[in-house]
Amino acid sequence: MNSELNRMTIAEARDGLARRDFSALELTRACLDQIKLVDPKINAFITVCAREALEQAAAADRQIAAGDASALSGIPLAIKDIYATRGVRTTCASKMLENFVPPFDATVIGKLRAAGAVFIGKANMDEFAMGSSTENSAFGATRNPHNMERVPGGSSGGSAAAVAADECLGALGTDTGGSIRLPAAFCGVAGIKPTYSRVSRYGVIAYASSLDQVGPFAKTVRDAAILLGALAGHDPHDSTCSARPVPDYEAALNGDLRGMRIGVPKEYFVAGIDPEVERAVRDALATYERLGARTVEISLPHTEFATAAYYIVATAEASANLSRYDGIRYGLRVTADNTGELYNRTRAAGFGAEVKRRIMLGTFVLSAGYYDAYYLKGQKVRTLIRRDFERAFEQCDVIATPVAPTTAFKIGEKMADPLQMYLSDIFTISVNLAGLPGLSLPCGFDREGLPIGLQLIGAPFAEETILRAGDAFERAGVVKRRAAIL
Amino acid sequence: MRLDPMAESKISVEQVRHVARLARLELSPADETALRANLSEILEYIDHLNRLDTSAVAPTAQVGESGAPMREDVVANRPEPDAMLANAPARAGRLFKVPRIIE
Amino acid sequence: MSADAYEAIIGLEVHTHLMTRSKLFCGCSASFGAGPNENVCPVCMGMPGVLPVLNRHAVELAIRAGLATHCEIAPRSVFDRKSYFYPDLPKGYQISQYELPLCKGGYIELPAHSDGAEPRRIRLTRIHMEEDAGKNIHESDASLVDFNRSGVPLVEIVSEPDLRSAGEAGAYLRELRSILRYIEATDGKMEEGGLRCDVNVSVRKKGAAEFGVKTEIKNLNSFRFVEKAIEHEVSRQIELLEAGGRVAQETHLWDPVREQTRPMRSKEFANDYRYFPEPDLPPLSVTPDLIEAIKTAMPELPADQRARFVRELGLTAYEAGVLTQDREVAAYFETMLAAGLKNHRTAANWVMTEVLRVVNDTGQPLADAAPLAIESGELLKLVETGAISLNAAKTAFAAMCKSGQGAETTVTALGLAQVSDEGAIVAACDRVIAAEAAKVAEYRAGRDKLFGFFVGLVMKAMGGKANPKVVNEILKRRLAA
Ligand SMILES: [Mg+2]
Ligand SMILES: [Zn+2]
Repeated sequence: MNSELNRMTIAEARDGLARRDFSALELTRACLDQIKLVDPKINAFITVCAREALEQAAAADRQIAAGDASALSGIPLAIKDIYATRGVRTTCASKMLENFVPPFDATVIGKLRAAGAVFIGKANMDEFAMGSSTENSAFGATRNPHNMERVPGGSSGGSAAAVAADECLGALGTDTGGSIRLPAAFCGVAGIKPTYSRVSRYGVIAYASSLDQVGPFAKTVRDAAILLGALAGHDPHDSTCSARPVPDYEAALNGDLRGMRIGVPKEYFVAGIDPEVERAVRDALATYERLGARTVEISLPHTEFATAAYYIVATAEASANLSRYDGIRYGLRVTADNTGELYNRTRAAGFGAEVKRRIMLGTFVLSAGYYDAYYLKGQKVRTLIRRDFERAFEQCDVIATPVAPTTAFKIGEKMADPLQMYLSDIFTISVNLAGLPGLSLPCGFDREGLPIGLQLIGAPFAEETILRAGDAFERAGVVKRRAAIL
Repeated sequence: MRLDPMAESKISVEQVRHVARLARLELSPADETALRANLSEILEYIDHLNRLDTSAVAPTAQVGESGAPMREDVVANRPEPDAMLANAPARAGRLFKVPRIIE
Repeated sequence: MSADAYEAIIGLEVHTHLMTRSKLFCGCSASFGAGPNENVCPVCMGMPGVLPVLNRHAVELAIRAGLATHCEIAPRSVFDRKSYFYPDLPKGYQISQYELPLCKGGYIELPAHSDGAEPRRIRLTRIHMEEDAGKNIHESDASLVDFNRSGVPLVEIVSEPDLRSAGEAGAYLRELRSILRYIEATDGKMEEGGLRCDVNVSVRKKGAAEFGVKTEIKNLNSFRFVEKAIEHEVSRQIELLEAGGRVAQETHLWDPVREQTRPMRSKEFANDYRYFPEPDLPPLSVTPDLIEAIKTAMPELPADQRARFVRELGLTAYEAGVLTQDREVAAYFETMLAAGLKNHRTAANWVMTEVLRVVNDTGQPLADAAPLAIESGELLKLVETGAISLNAAKTAFAAMCKSGQGAETTVTALGLAQVSDEGAIVAACDRVIAAEAAKVAEYRAGRDKLFGFFVGLVMKAMGGKANPKVVNEILKRRLAA
């Protein structure tokens, strides 16, 4: 039985732990065993924290025994290596931070600690969260557990793969332009990007501050709701974090979709979309109609401009966010006989090709003479995209779209063409620009057995609505969760 | 994205070098060539934003709630110089050490 | 053509620390003098993932500075990132305000520098908030960096190019410092980097409408250096133009040892700061209620106090100007008056000469250098009642500065009290008249000028302690007899 513990959902494990069917230590060992078994193949982790995880599990067992278990007591989670974890090296998948050990915890790490979670390891990712495939990691690419020749999606590919491969029960990712939803779709797991400001970003290594948002991966929508409940809420250390009360997300999963209006934007079903993806999403919409929801065609007319606007705004912010990696206070230093050369060489050696590309683009769009034509233009288009959604939510409660135009692509396929890589995010990027919550959940598989993702987008702070819709679809049972073939 | 190989590059090598200087990135000649090609292609793609007339549109810089929250003026941190210096690539006592600074 | 044919156009950018307990964006102590890197945390060290949270008191002090200089307070202002690389700048950008500063417009009125002079109004462009950087300590082969100052709140006060001379720039700085100290926004301690100044200087032919090309002189940290640097730069530019040259738009550094400016070894792109709105901080909203509350709690400003001193106490504009250059000095003066002094101008001059002298001589703060203001007042009160002479008061004051004792005690201990006892003075007068019979006869024959001679003799006989007024009266009477 122990060998199966790691395959459980969080809800199942929580109940099992409470009933004392097994211990947190056994559960954690099962995950660590699975990591030993499969991670050499998929490379979902940069750092496995076996010793710390076992200590945390033992502490959780003591809590449970004493009758004061917390929400996530003893639940093993993978943490994207973008979260500052006190005393555990935090690399952001960059050579720049290969040996960086933060002296502090990210706010959500502190919250999860307080909730009794077990941190099984730091998950692989695209360097500084820049990428859609988890190939841009200084620690090697992560592979899709459903097909080793395929990418897991990115940038939180390690987190998604670890959940899909049952190396943990849930995981933390971050989503700046689709970095939770795309890997969730490619790996066949659930992932939610909450409303911007719903979860604290303090201690989350910044890529693009006005777009970055924290979110969980899980095997089910219910588990994602449980994790989100533990993450969300006010943080006095993040000025952009909302003080709104956090609803009980799990309690919102009542299966009742009667009267729910699901908007289907016509701009998301256009040439270039894989017919198998379109079929799976259309089937999902039919399921929703059966469940009592109503679908309405809507329009998000500025969709085609989102990717361009995103690459201006995101890279501009990134160019400043990444200026702190200068070899002075922490991180890599390539020595030189003056500080100017030290900066140039350290940053040349520490950053990978994609990171340099985005720093260059972001620096350019902010530089004298180009600010108005690029940066300001991008911000204005952002306004238009936001307005599209505001209008759309006058006609519907949830917007349903594919997560990506295709299923997981081949490793190496898009590495030579950055722009092609950027276009894998065309369906997820608008949500970040508008600051909305977006849920990604499996809605089928293609002929090759690769998962297909459905995206449910909500109005600001409507996480309960999209989680309820996602959970109801899952409960309808038309798509069975498939174990990764490893 | 389809790129016309005959199309003029959106960015010159000099511009690439200038931006690299601003960003403090040492580039090899091969880097310069590759970045010039990449950035040109991306900027070309970005150019299709110009199809939109945004003259009457206000920019959006942030999508969170408005109004910066403020903290009270209290000292909340205790000195922890050793923890703060623990990741230093080079130090002299409790100071960070760097090579000569050129102004 | 001579230098007189030119006029200087000067604008100042003043950076000053705000007196808060904690830093602008984190809970580290903002106090001066801690050991290296003791007042630092992940936030002010720019560690990965950290975020800024604004210090309310810093905002209130910046608003006070804006209100005190007649600025318009923006209901919505925005923080921006200013990007450049420097070892003391931990994030690679400084959080500052660029397009939408907290305070706009406004002006500072320079007090009259002598009686009868017209006050000058210097317009302000803006006042914005920003964070300070750390400190580089240069050694021969390396530099060392201390981040204790990193993140300490600053305001930058930018003037219009309304100043026309080094002296005027100095007067502007003194008045600005005075205002900032009155409102307790800053302690204005130059030596701790409490007030730093960048200067923009150009020259043009008198009467010309266009400005000349300006140079910027960076990081001057004393008023004296500001004045010297301007003088140096103005004459450098004039000489250059006279020789047929052109002024280059460049940034200079002041070399305090050689007392001259030199161009920075800057690169052509040094000024592309790539400002953009700080995504980690929502715009700063200031409500009319908050502004009203700050206004209500605002202490009297130097200009208002100056006007009151002239209007209610009869001081000259110049006297009022000197007294209000420093909040403590003005308060000292007012406390002295509380002893019940009737002659306000004597008290004012007492402060301007005696009190400011000991402050200058000792180099200590007023509170340490001078006796309690109320004791100074008591001392002058003794002069007003005729109990002691003004000279005796000066002697007593010098002693009080050292001993810290009260006025009465000191005057008694030093035996400085004047004799007003008529009997003793009559006796002394009679002795002098008896001894100087010949001179008395001459006086009585009409040589009025001899009166002073008799006064001198009486005073000498009384050991200098006789009340001169009483001596005069009695002597007049006796000589007339
Ligand atoms: Mg400044
Ligand atoms: Zn700090």
